[in-house]
Amino acid sequence: MAIVTKEKLDRVYDAYKNGRLSRRHFLKYLGLAGASIGLVGSPFGNAVKDAWAAKSIRFDGWGGSVSEAFREYAFKPFTKATGIEVIDGEFGDMNSYLTRVKASYPPGGEFNIAHLSAVFDYARYAELGFASVLDETKIPNLENVMASMIKPLREITKGTLSAVPYDLGQTGIAYNTKHISKEKAEKLGASLLWDKSLKGKLGSWEGDFRTNMWYAALHTGQSPNNMTDLKAIWAALREQRGLMKKYWASGAELMSLLANEEIYATVAWSGRVAALQQEGNPIGYLSPKGTYSWMEYLFVLKGTDLDVAQQLLNFMLDPAAAIAVSEGQNYPPSLDPTKVTLTEKIKKMPAFDPTGKLDGYLFANPSYWNAHQVEWTEKWDRIKAGS
Amino acid sequence: MKSDSWKPWALLAPSMSAVFLLLVIPVCFIVVYSFWLRAPSGADIPAFQFGNYGKFFEDFFYPKILIRTIRISFETVILCVVMGYIPAYFFYRSESRYKKIFLLLIMLPFWVSFIIRTMSWINIMGDSGLINHFLLKIGLIESPISMLYNEFTVLMGLIMYLLPFMVLNIYVSLEGIDKSLLEAARCLGCTEWQAFREVTLPLSLPGVSAGCLLVFVLTAGTYLPPMILGGPGNDMIANLIFKRVIGTLDWPFGSAISVILLSLLFVIVWTYNRYLGINQIFKSLQGN
Repeated sequence: MAIVTKEKLDRVYDAYKNGRLSRRHFLKYLGLAGASIGLVGSPFGNAVKDAWAAKSIRFDGWGGSVSEAFREYAFKPFTKATGIEVIDGEFGDMNSYLTRVKASYPPGGEFNIAHLSAVFDYARYAELGFASVLDETKIPNLENVMASMIKPLREITKGTLSAVPYDLGQTGIAYNTKHISKEKAEKLGASLLWDKSLKGKLGSWEGDFRTNMWYAALHTGQSPNNMTDLKAIWAALREQRGLMKKYWASGAELMSLLANEEIYATVAWSGRVAALQQEGNPIGYLSPKGTYSWMEYLFVLKGTDLDVAQQLLNFMLDPAAAIAVSEGQNYPPSLDPTKVTLTEKIKKMPAFDPTGKLDGYLFANPSYWNAHQVEWTEKWDRIKAGS
Repeated sequence: MKSDSWKPWALLAPSMSAVFLLLVIPVCFIVVYSFWLRAPSGADIPAFQFGNYGKFFEDFFYPKILIRTIRISFETVILCVVMGYIPAYFFYRSESRYKKIFLLLIMLPFWVSFIIRTMSWINIMGDSGLINHFLLKIGLIESPISMLYNEFTVLMGLIMYLLPFMVLNIYVSLEGIDKSLLEAARCLGCTEWQAFREVTLPLSLPGVSAGCLLVFVLTAGTYLPPMILGGPGNDMIANLIFKRVIGTLDWPFGSAISVILLSLLFVIVWTYNRYLGINQIFKSLQGN
């Protein structure tokens, strides 16, 4: 049910002032708002208020075992504690979600919170005008979050926050230990993904040019955040294409290809690899020097009921919930290990940093990668398709 | 009579409104979008320029995918005709009391999600799938044969999806043929084969051509079989549109590719109409 809030009325007024809303529609909204308030104040007020109390908020995430962990350890307890329903949506990659956000009306209006990956996405959403401004006093558990994860966000949104950091992970290399020895994997490092003896048994993520270019940079001895020889990158990706069996499109497909031994090696998200290992699959995980690390955020889109969103974010950052989700999704939480005691399972996860400072972790530089996004995405698409 | 001239329009109004709202307006939006520009962040910038169309033809990369799409569409049509005519003819000639059940079986795949049907091939043809498992078990092969993620599996997925459309079109056309014509041909000395070649086949062609058009258009616009069953280099034009719109947020360029595909399909349908007549489809539905 639509809820009349000051923020929503402000937005409607703002739209009217900017000419995006006709006077007729503005008056209609005012009328509806008046009628709503009238109902609340009427003798039926309590009944209406009770009906409105059954609020909901939409949360979109990565699906599969990640969404499962969120549902089980965060959303269900949150609904039980507050009565607020969390509508759980999924996406396969960051761009497809952004497309849906753009296509909603008003843009972003149907969506509330997203489990976004990496700072470059935070910057993109902010640039497109989807950023909200969170009231940090209403998220006291933010105190427990690593300062090193909050800092890059503040820099983008000029001191404010539109998201709270939630977890971190890596895109490393998964390999089938029945067919590839640990010694061989460690010896080859990133070049394992170019091993000719694995022709027809390699995979990669089709939806992200960064991941593919990142590993091509490592393979060709370049810094992923400052690639100086792009020709070598494209040549490496072309060469790799000839060795590929399948460019996978989602985490679920990645896990299926590895579990069914369709592919023996691929770039892979550390949490998904951990999930496969826990299921007993013969999958090893390799994080060569310069492994692609990323931080994930719970981004609140503009237009969301901030009271409800902040309530959910604070609940999710509570150590009990954050640790349970972390163990469920197999990614270390954003909680600072120097402030919060974490479990042994978390301490053994890839990408876990006991110092909480994340020194030495290699993240994608948002300004570098976002500046070339259009050009490199197209180039990557062409190479992938055989150009 | 003149005063009643509004009645057909009144009767047509609901469906025409639906077509206008759900088809014409969205297509107009796509055409308008195709002239817009895209900002690096993914934002769309209103403009009127032909850069998106120019980009499609600036080198052979995009046209090559379009040509591949047309080629795969033709291959699918031919295979569907060959594989669809036989069961349709069987149903037509069958006097079995189970005929209706056979026809129902043709519709059966539609009861299962298309994605599930397509993905099920992974469990059948995958390296650890049913076929490889069986071949390994009987000792015919020593290591799994790689069967998935190539153009063959894309074609297979397309045929699985589209064959029922072809069978039903041909069957409806065959059902409309007066069986006494066949008896007359046989009485006049034709062999069974000659009667089929001279009477049944020509009279069933409207159904075949209707099925061909339907299968062709649906193939050209589909993206799931190449996405799920295709490997590197098996993308079709719809995959390209999907990636441009969903993957890279380049709606203007995605729209331009859509308009190009739409124009090409329009030319094909126009050619079809010019030489075969679009009314053949209705004829086949009426059973000649």
